[in-house]
Amino acid sequence: MKEPNKQIGAGMNRVDGRLKVTGAATYSAEYQLPGMSYGVLVGSTIAKGRIKSIDTRAAERAPGVLAVISHVNSPKVPGFVPTGKDPSQPQTVGGRLKVFNDDKVRFNDQPIAVVVADTLERARFAARLVKAQYDQEKHETSMEVGVKQGFVPTQAKKNPKSGVADYVRGTADAYKTGAVKLESEYVIPTEVHHPMELQSITAHWEAPDRLTLYDKTQGTLATRRDFAKEWGLPEENVKVIATFVGGAFGNALHSWPHESAAIIAARIVNRPVKLVLTREQMTTMVGYRPHTWQKIGMSATRDGKITAITHEATGQTSSYEEFTESTVQQTRMMYTAPNVNTRYRIAALDVSTPIWMRGPGEATGAFALESAMDEMAHLLNIDPMEFRLRNYTDKDPEKNLPWSSKFLKECYQAGAERIGWNKRQLKPGSLRDGEWLIGYGMGVGTFGAHRGSSKANVRLLPNGTVLLQSAVTDIGPGTGTAMTQIAADTLGLSPDKIRFEWGNSQFAQAPTQGGSAIVNTVGPAVQEACLALKEKLRTMAGASNGAFAAAKTQDVVFADGYLTLNGNPTARATYADLLRQTDNGFVTVESKPDGEHNKNYSMYSYSVHFAEVRVNPLTGEVRVSKLVSCADAGTIVNEKTAGNQMKGGAVGGIGMALMEAAVIDDRFGRYVTKDLAEYHVPVHADAPAVDVFFVNQPDPHVNALGTKGIGEIAIIGVAPAIANAVFNATGKRIRELPITPDKLI
Amino acid sequence: MNQFNYIRPSKQQAAIDAVAKDGNAKFIAGGTNLVDLMKRGVMAPQKLVDINRLPLTKIERQGNALRIGALALNSTVADDRQVRERQPLLVQAINAGASAQLRNMATTGGNMLQRTRCPYFYDTAMPCNKREPGTGCGALEGINRMHAIFGFSDKCIAVHPSDMSVALVALDATVLVSGPKGDRRIPFTDLHRLPGDAPEKDTTLEPGELITAVDVPDGPFTKHVSYYKVRERASYAFALVSAAAALDLDGTTIKSARLAFGSVAHKPWRLTAAEQMLVGKPATEETFRQAAAVAMQGAKAFKHNEYKLKLAPNTLIQALKTAAAA
Repeated sequence: MKEPNKQIGAGMNRVDGRLKVTGAATYSAEYQLPGMSYGVLVGSTIAKGRIKSIDTRAAERAPGVLAVISHVNSPKVPGFVPTGKDPSQPQTVGGRLKVFNDDKVRFNDQPIAVVVADTLERARFAARLVKAQYDQEKHETSMEVGVKQGFVPTQAKKNPKSGVADYVRGTADAYKTGAVKLESEYVIPTEVHHPMELQSITAHWEAPDRLTLYDKTQGTLATRRDFAKEWGLPEENVKVIATFVGGAFGNALHSWPHESAAIIAARIVNRPVKLVLTREQMTTMVGYRPHTWQKIGMSATRDGKITAITHEATGQTSSYEEFTESTVQQTRMMYTAPNVNTRYRIAALDVSTPIWMRGPGEATGAFALESAMDEMAHLLNIDPMEFRLRNYTDKDPEKNLPWSSKFLKECYQAGAERIGWNKRQLKPGSLRDGEWLIGYGMGVGTFGAHRGSSKANVRLLPNGTVLLQSAVTDIGPGTGTAMTQIAADTLGLSPDKIRFEWGNSQFAQAPTQGGSAIVNTVGPAVQEACLALKEKLRTMAGASNGAFAAAKTQDVVFADGYLTLNGNPTARATYADLLRQTDNGFVTVESKPDGEHNKNYSMYSYSVHFAEVRVNPLTGEVRVSKLVSCADAGTIVNEKTAGNQMKGGAVGGIGMALMEAAVIDDRFGRYVTKDLAEYHVPVHADAPAVDVFFVNQPDPHVNALGTKGIGEIAIIGVAPAIANAVFNATGKRIRELPITPDKLI
Repeated sequence: MNQFNYIRPSKQQAAIDAVAKDGNAKFIAGGTNLVDLMKRGVMAPQKLVDINRLPLTKIERQGNALRIGALALNSTVADDRQVRERQPLLVQAINAGASAQLRNMATTGGNMLQRTRCPYFYDTAMPCNKREPGTGCGALEGINRMHAIFGFSDKCIAVHPSDMSVALVALDATVLVSGPKGDRRIPFTDLHRLPGDAPEKDTTLEPGELITAVDVPDGPFTKHVSYYKVRERASYAFALVSAAAALDLDGTTIKSARLAFGSVAHKPWRLTAAEQMLVGKPATEETFRQAAAVAMQGAKAFKHNEYKLKLAPNTLIQALKTAAAA
């Protein structure tokens, strides 16, 4: 008999670990279909205007070319409603780019043609031969200009209670009359997700009305919905496979032009089309974290009680689609201030549409808020952790609700001990190791804990193994492993008797992987499906066996070839007998989706990150020598994979703090940081061994598993922790990321 | 990528002839830079002459110098016992470049001939006189954060990206070249050129000339050396600024010095005036500051690289301090 919760919590190895390290896991670009052809996109070389002419003759004549498709010859895509006479209305919510649908250029490197050939090399060669002439119009890509043109998002106008609408608690801008006050502006540049795996898709029309996509996506069902709609097909006619996803960090949360282009191309050449973006196209075609300007006004009493916070933010979006995120959310609920107000705006520029990047708006907002907290603590001459404790809140001041659970104080304490916070000096520049200055900083992160709607399909097979299926994807956190653990504990089965299959739109409904919501949402669906399977089997066995008929669900025990009952080991129902009662030889149960959000509590995950940095005062080099990340994320299903997520998020935070920046030359509206030699992400030498601590206390209200979510809080608060540590080391407050050497000398 | 012909001669003369006779032919060795440039459409040679079969991999003593074959891999050179003993500055510089994987492919000759990483050079939709003479310099009034503060022209403000070359120029190396007109020796400081009116030409090599080896003369710089490279991450990034410093100390007095900057000009930037200033002076931070001030004479910044006017001297001071303490 297994102990309850035997697998949950244990650092079980990834169920797909061996497949991944041996190269046996098939990623979207690796599917091989008979008759495969290859698409390569041609990007515009202007940021705004119209395509006057496009010369595709040389490309069409090049060896192996099957088709060159542009707005001139692209087929009518049913879902692409014709654009109006004057579509230059930046203040509409807009929609995805309708690729090849008209002659308009809306951003630099916008796909203007796709070349399809029988090999990738031939397609790449021919793509260089496509030449376009443009009627260029004056573009605007500068965020300095954008900030002055920020507007209230349509979503906020329609719904004043929306998270991106203006918010006031107490009096707006009350900080201006505070005893001790500060007003600081913060900027984060455009950041690009750059997962290791390039965005890729293979589009295959299996019949004129049946489409199969092997696609890099975080949501098989969202992708299915988007392209079924685009082609006017019933959703069941579109199949989306995304079994393995090589990292995404948010950039596969949206459907993008290259996917539409591959589907159009496959339609034209009547063969499967594989299309893999180049690393350069990853900057321009699949979203990014928007360039964001922020201002924090804060006031406090001399004894360290915050009296008011004002948080303003303006984020970049495209001219054709409004993108918003929760940049100011953390300010509304993190500290007990009587007066808090937020203003969120967006600025439409001639760039492609942003998309959520890990810890989306919150990570941006936390840089401002948590830097300002450090600035205020410094003004007050109070330890920054003590300052946060004096403003700790035991209920949600925004929603006026109790927290479902909150163990942030425990995180503070554990993190402070681990980093050696007692070594920190109030006066910046006090600590040295040889030539290097040493500093300590902290930053807090939070993200909403949600249970969304999901089903799970579970099936007992004749050999006594259990197969679970879910449309959910696994972009790296180890979803398949976590679900196997949850099923194992619920069924009382060893994990090797369970197979969890995912990443297929034909499996049971599940949400897109994102927003730290998958274990919270799919986990309970798996749990409920497994309980329902037990109950169904008990009922089936009970038809001919009184002991089973009288037993409770939780007493059912899976044994070797038969079911038995806890406390009555002589009761037996063989799988063979049970399955003989079925029509198809197996028992299937699907759980019901449960999207009910508990409205009586405010639910959040929390993290706090502590950084020790070393700064060379001559050269401005910053090294993060220690990083401690502590999380209150409810029950930890798998300490190993959860720890891995925390470490990955922390390293992402180092990138955000110290090096990541995508830069546009505004004269051309074109990026100058399109490859990984120009756009820097951390290498191993930049990352210390991240010390991870989990409170590991179940949340009683989010779901029955007690989980709250990890993926986002792993990065939210890391960048300000490092920026604050740099201030403590040097006395220099860097309010514009990244903190590169030139800013410190 | 364009279609191209590919040959792999086993005789040096055949390789030289193949390139000398065909203006669209290029030598290829490790390919760590050229293949990238071909993929990006920046270079489109119609013929690649693979020289990897030529016997140019040796590292050996030649008189009072170490002769490093042009095809000796960067990693091989950095791991070589003789190089480590006699030229530790070169070892530090090589290991500061690229990644272990790239150093396992890149050759000594190829490293010297790598092309600038200027983003305008790399993007065929942007103006660049180096890539396409006459189109203008995109960086001059563009994003010029990584660009030159010495020796630029209004045609080009790109910098040379090699770390190894910074050590070689400091160490008075000589490049051995073989070409259609025979063999010649080029002082390392004359290998790379300033952009002037012809930024498309990175070096003084004539068409068909092949680097066969580099001679690094023996010297007293076996202990007090430092190649200090400042970049935006701890490894695997091109320098914002780098400084090579080699000192010959008599107690705390500087007998002689070799200094050079990287990532400040179209070529590795030797600092002879600063070297001379150091001779006979005590190895103190104050002396190093004076040398750095001399080193920076004539520097001029653009909109986004003003920081180099401070970072470059500071990096040199740091390199000298590190070298003196070594």
